[in-house]
Amino acid sequence: MPALQTLTWSDTWYLAPEIVLSIAAILLAVVDLFLPKRINRDVIGWLTLVGLIAAAVFVVLQLLSLGSGAPTDSSPGAYNLLAGSYRIDDFGNLLKLVFLGASAFIVFSSLGTVRDEDVPIKGELYYLILPAVLGAMVMSSSGDLITLFIGLELLSITSYVLVATRKRSRISSEAAFKYVVTGGVASAFILYGMSFLYGVTGGTNLLALLKEITPALENYEALLYISFFLMIAGFAVKLALAPFHAWAADVYQGAPTPVTAFLAVVAKGAAFAMLYRIFMNTAFFTMGTEGTMKKDIFLGLTVLAAAAMIVGTVGALRQRNVKRLLALSGVANAGILLTPLALSLTEFHASLFSEFLYFLIAYAFMNIGAFSVLTIVSRDSGNESLTGFAGLYHRAPWTAAAMTILLCSLAGLPVTGGFFGKLFILFGTVQTHTYWLSAILLVTTVVSYAVYFAFIRQMYMRSGALDSGLRMSAPAAITIWICTLATLALGFLPMPILDWIDQIFSIPTDLLLRG
Amino acid sequence: MLDNLPVLSLIAFTPLIGALIVLLLPSARSQWLRIAAIIFTLIPLVLTVWLFVCYQPSIGGGVFTEHSTWLSIPLNKEGFKEGILSIKLGFDYHMAVDGISMPLLLLTSIISTMAVLASVHIRKRWKTYYALFLLLLTGIYGVFLARDLILFFIFFEVTLIPMFFLIGIWGYFGREKAATRFLIYNGLGSAAMLLSFLILIATLGFSSVDGANGSSLLFSGNYDVLLSNLTNPNVLANMDTEQARYFGIYLSDNMKWAAFILLLVAFGIKVPIFPFHTWMLKVHTEAPPPIVMIHSGILLKMGVYGLIRFAVFLFPEQIQSWSTVLAVLGVINILYGGILACVQREFKLVLAYSSISHMGIVLLGIASLEEVGLQGAIYQSVSHGLISALLFLIVGSLYERTNTTRLDELGGLAKTVPFMSGILLIGGLASLGLPGLSGFIGEFLSFLGLFGSMKWITAIGALGILLAAVYVLRSILNITFGSMPESFAGMKDARFIEALPMIILTALIVLLGVYPSIMTDLMQHGFTGLLEQLQTRMGG
Repeated sequence: MPALQTLTWSDTWYLAPEIVLSIAAILLAVVDLFLPKRINRDVIGWLTLVGLIAAAVFVVLQLLSLGSGAPTDSSPGAYNLLAGSYRIDDFGNLLKLVFLGASAFIVFSSLGTVRDEDVPIKGELYYLILPAVLGAMVMSSSGDLITLFIGLELLSITSYVLVATRKRSRISSEAAFKYVVTGGVASAFILYGMSFLYGVTGGTNLLALLKEITPALENYEALLYISFFLMIAGFAVKLALAPFHAWAADVYQGAPTPVTAFLAVVAKGAAFAMLYRIFMNTAFFTMGTEGTMKKDIFLGLTVLAAAAMIVGTVGALRQRNVKRLLALSGVANAGILLTPLALSLTEFHASLFSEFLYFLIAYAFMNIGAFSVLTIVSRDSGNESLTGFAGLYHRAPWTAAAMTILLCSLAGLPVTGGFFGKLFILFGTVQTHTYWLSAILLVTTVVSYAVYFAFIRQMYMRSGALDSGLRMSAPAAITIWICTLATLALGFLPMPILDWIDQIFSIPTDLLLRG
Repeated sequence: MLDNLPVLSLIAFTPLIGALIVLLLPSARSQWLRIAAIIFTLIPLVLTVWLFVCYQPSIGGGVFTEHSTWLSIPLNKEGFKEGILSIKLGFDYHMAVDGISMPLLLLTSIISTMAVLASVHIRKRWKTYYALFLLLLTGIYGVFLARDLILFFIFFEVTLIPMFFLIGIWGYFGREKAATRFLIYNGLGSAAMLLSFLILIATLGFSSVDGANGSSLLFSGNYDVLLSNLTNPNVLANMDTEQARYFGIYLSDNMKWAAFILLLVAFGIKVPIFPFHTWMLKVHTEAPPPIVMIHSGILLKMGVYGLIRFAVFLFPEQIQSWSTVLAVLGVINILYGGILACVQREFKLVLAYSSISHMGIVLLGIASLEEVGLQGAIYQSVSHGLISALLFLIVGSLYERTNTTRLDELGGLAKTVPFMSGILLIGGLASLGLPGLSGFIGEFLSFLGLFGSMKWITAIGALGILLAAVYVLRSILNITFGSMPESFAGMKDARFIEALPMIILTALIVLLGVYPSIMTDLMQHGFTGLLEQLQTRMGG
């Protein structure tokens, strides 16, 4: 066991994005406290945006300094800090960029859109995003179970507060309470599972775990089974995978729309990052007696993915509240996002991370875009039901067109980012001969047409109660258009981003921590 | 001068450019929008006619082929220890034309032009209508031209979205239900197709190029690559070895059958083959007439084209052992459609069921696996496309005047609208297969092709001609003769803009009826390769 390493000055450069975010969070909390009431809290929002962008710049600088591909002497590929408990590698950096970018778009689109009557503590809504993203970043960048769990808790606890920021709304408080309870239970499951891992291997560091897990298997196979399935259950709650998804619809509905988007994209992505970190470095190496254990664990994940797709899609069919509908569509999409990991890593299926990341990026754009449209539409119509979209084509044809493209992407129709993301993941299922999962993915996708085209029916084929044009704030409009164009660009030109991921991402250095 | 132009891309994408231009025009100027839409429908028509003139059957469409790499998705190669330079998932932008797609391209360009002319009856939201109409055309042209599986799939899917809108916004009373049903049924078909395509890409599409430093592996979606790999014994997909099985590249017989049946379902929904036909009845009755012209005239033929291009050419063994099944399905289509068409009270449903019946004849042509029969299948597709487009054109114009298409509410129209009634009669006669009109040739060739191998099935199928005579004459005589309701007394006959497409379609139907070699010459070499392959398989 190496002596506990302390943080040196040179390490602070590698931790710059995280440090920037923590300083910004503390500063903004103080500013919010002393800023006179009459000043619009959108100022805090702009400053939050600056903090997020500054952190993203540092991440990009590190990505460049890490170099590309397999490690060489000049570009080591990854840095271990604090005895390997924190890792700066391409896996973490790519995901951090997604989290920071998504949060920046979410904050930007809510500037001037979130109303004081709805969220009386608007300043907090903005600056609490910072520690939440910080938690997500820790989750994507740790090589130790304890650090990973701290990241998870930082993200979770901040999210509980964020959900409750609609202080005067009863459903918001109810949602926050539900979220605290289920989220807490989930954390407990994960922690309990981790404790078994610690118990049989004697370590929390993923690298150490890796070495100890094979000998431990001989004596404690049953305990490891319990450990992994407890963790799977915990993560399934965090990811809102069926049948652990019941909280999602209530929480998404109760939270302010920007927070809903944050939960759907960043919180979900971060839980996936942690799942990749832990499972690719432990479960992937559990051969067990006759290799059954590894098979069982990944089969468990596959079944969860399939269940999420089915339950999410079927549930969304009956929803008329848009936020609940998108929550259930998020359940189905979580199943799709889980698929590459669940198919595990083989010679011919080694692209699991680029499959996952590409769809995550597409998913982030289409969700943030759709939630931004929803924010504007529901503010105008006064409710969050599907009928609020009625006649949108007549009132705001361009917004309706943008929403149509975003919905096509959610439905996986060409030529959009959602289409290519799904195609890429589907090809993985075909390559690994997991045809039953391909079939479920395809059939649920087709059924989801009915879900998403219900919006289109409302927008184009019904007449709404309102005739006036749609009032829209400039940041929201810009966000919607960037998301729409990005969705199209991901569909028409998927190559640049896939080439880029292929160039910088390397399985041995960035995903498997061996050696 | 024209030789250097990428003609095929121009055909496929001028409608898309047209759609964007239409979107930029002011929405109140309906005349501008209409003229722009007509221009951008005419350009592909001119180009396809030019293509037709230049096309030489003996050398195929080789000179027009456009081929470039479109996507080359890097797959992670670190799963292998060493010796692998790259693994790519490659999709090509590959457009080509041959004797099978040429007639269908011509059909598309002609019917789309007639449909855009027939869109005078569209009363609202012209801008969106014409933009979607043009987008739909890009999808259809792309389907007939694309030679990469994924490119084909994308074009196939692109037709779904505009069709959903066109049915759902401009249709009749039950339009929204019809649109949703169309979307879900065809979506399921596309899903089956995609799964089948991906199975093929992941096995037959695999190739490995060995170099000095290592191998470059490629999963290709190119149709030509798949077709040549199919008969190449040195391809990993055809080798039942330990290695091929371990990597999941080997295309076993079971997988072949699964992929084949998936394709049969996918295109069977589109054709439609009984029992996958319920969605198309709704579309026939609820969609606006110009869109039904496209739907019945062209979209159903995408199913036929897909069946021949993929199910027949890529799975010759499977189609051969299932030829009887296909023929029986064809006969069921013929009789089911024919009998139900006889008892309908709604003229549009008579036509819908007659479409099912006529598509059954196409299936018989395919099931024959003889040159004559396959030519007959394509011929019948084109002929039925022209005839049903003509009939629905008249239906649209009649509905504008009478506000009904129910047979018991119509009657005696020969007195007030003699021209339209006359054309309706010609269309009906072509539909029942009167010699001298195009329907006869298509049916004759299909039956002739099948007669050699399956005499009894052909005989039963030929009963369909009898049924056609019954339902066509019953409904058309009911409309044109008999007692006329008083409200129809002051009706005006077709205006010039309505009459023009009717005359053109009628002329083409007559032309194909009296001079069939104008089209059969085109297809002469289209099936040679396939038939040779079938012959060798049967011999060996």
